[in-house]
Amino acid sequence: MTTFFIRRLLTAVPTLLIITIMVFAVQRLLPGDPALILAGEERDPAVIEYIREVYRLNEPIYVQYGAWLTQVAQGNLGRSIRTRQPVRELIFEKLPVTIQLSLLSIAVAVIIAIPAGIVAAVYRRSLADFISTLVALSGLSIPNFWLGIMLILFLSVELDWLPASGYVPFTEAPLENLQRMIMPAFVLGTGLAAVLMRQMRSSMLEVLRQDYVRTAQAKGLGANLVVVKHALRNALIPVVTILGLQIGGLLSGAVLTEQVFTIPGFGKLVVDAVFNRDYAVVQGVVLFTATATIVINLLVDLAYAWLNPRIHYGGSA
Amino acid sequence: MSTASANINARKEDSNKPSSRAWQRFKRRPLALVAAGVIILFIVVAIAAPWLAPFDPAQADFLSVRQAPSSKYLLGTDAVGRDMLSRVIFGARSSLIAGVISVVIALVFGVPLGLIAGYYRGFLDEAIMRFTDALLAFPFLILAVALAASLGPSLMNAMIAIGIATAPTFIRLTRGQVLSVQAEDYVQAAKALGTNDLRILVQHILPNSLAPLLVQATLTIAQAIIAESSLSFLGLGVQPPTPSWGGMLNTARNFMSQAPWMAIYPGLSIYLTVLAFNLLGDGLRDAFDPRDND
Repeated sequence: MTTFFIRRLLTAVPTLLIITIMVFAVQRLLPGDPALILAGEERDPAVIEYIREVYRLNEPIYVQYGAWLTQVAQGNLGRSIRTRQPVRELIFEKLPVTIQLSLLSIAVAVIIAIPAGIVAAVYRRSLADFISTLVALSGLSIPNFWLGIMLILFLSVELDWLPASGYVPFTEAPLENLQRMIMPAFVLGTGLAAVLMRQMRSSMLEVLRQDYVRTAQAKGLGANLVVVKHALRNALIPVVTILGLQIGGLLSGAVLTEQVFTIPGFGKLVVDAVFNRDYAVVQGVVLFTATATIVINLLVDLAYAWLNPRIHYGGSA
Repeated sequence: MSTASANINARKEDSNKPSSRAWQRFKRRPLALVAAGVIILFIVVAIAAPWLAPFDPAQADFLSVRQAPSSKYLLGTDAVGRDMLSRVIFGARSSLIAGVISVVIALVFGVPLGLIAGYYRGFLDEAIMRFTDALLAFPFLILAVALAASLGPSLMNAMIAIGIATAPTFIRLTRGQVLSVQAEDYVQAAKALGTNDLRILVQHILPNSLAPLLVQATLTIAQAIIAESSLSFLGLGVQPPTPSWGGMLNTARNFMSQAPWMAIYPGLSIYLTVLAFNLLGDGLRDAFDPRDND
């Protein structure tokens, strides 16, 4: 286990370094003086000189990278050009909103996908299987921003059941918060539900073929009991792994969902920053999301190795 | 041997070819066939757009602003009186071009890197795979948004951004294929005969990786069409007045209560096209790899 842990950690380090090089390179590839770009509207020569000094912009590129990396490693992602707020503060201010949206959408996805996947596998080649497979494929094919617009059109504009957009913090008004978040969570959750349902169906089919399930069936245990007690637990392992790998997808989806429902989260932060040409914020968000994805994948891998002894005794990464 | 029996034998041999067996299996999948038909239809519509569109898609008519669907304007008009049907028809061009070109960019990047990583292993493999891991760590759309923002908003830049963001899948897939094909006897034989690396890669290894690459390319076109429409929806893809489905949805958002038809049809078009590519990709995968046909 320790060997696996160390090996896995060692592969994450170069990946993180490459990520920082890529983010740094993209910023430096932008046309124009980086000091002026980072200064934004600010034209005070003293400020520009200060930026030049902090990021060592007069020195060779590798020194610049070293200086920037040192700043980043200390958690300093620079300041927003528009608000002058530190980027790290901005990210941590918006992050809880996106995390709540993501957690709700995971809940929606799991509630839809797990039962649908089980039914599709148990009643394989039935009408229910055909319909749930087609619905899952639709879930993968529907652009979530369009689904959001359609839901607003019917549930808000036509039926007036739910508010069309806007956000209230959960701590201030929990009920209103949930009322406003349910549509976005459903929209963000559909794509994930589709992925999870397909995975649930195929891993359930795999498990149902195993000897121990046949033995349980042969012992005369009821079909439902066999599925729930024996098959489900093992079929869920790959589904949980896939869920961990979908975090990046959720963040991508959040960019659009938050835009459609005007939710002041992480996704809206990056889109607004792009339009305000607030490069420090764009760079900070990109670096933060990539690092977070690496760390989450690392944790998922380690949890998986811990749960599944065949992996860590094998010792291969 | 009579000519008839020779013909039968020839046909038998033909039907034993992997590609022919795959085609037989593909033909038995009605959904995949319908999907292929829908894709062909969209391609024809995109090519024949100037002849099919009843109006000029860019021609504003301020006397017929936001008109509901009627016999004159089958899908209604938009906020400046342009015919929605004509714009949806022309929008097919941006989406299909973006889908195909992005995937070509991803293939051009991904396949050679995957071949090199899998064939030479060692440090090159490590370096390429770490680079791939790094690219995969960026959430797809955030990477595409950041790249499109740095390169400037346009269809071309959106395609480059999507191509770079989807390349890692092809690097990994090709590398995996090389690793499995490399152990085969005919590759070992070619190596023993002193055939040069490039020849082995192009003549022996690549052809055996084509089926999974084709399946993945089809599924990635679906992803790329959604990505292009997402970028255009955010204002970072196709720029107005060129019609694009994502861009049309962006405008439609402001007129949802007055002109819902502006939002319905462009989105429906994206959905149908993407669904068709996903169904086709699934059908091709089942046809090429019968083991997966649970």
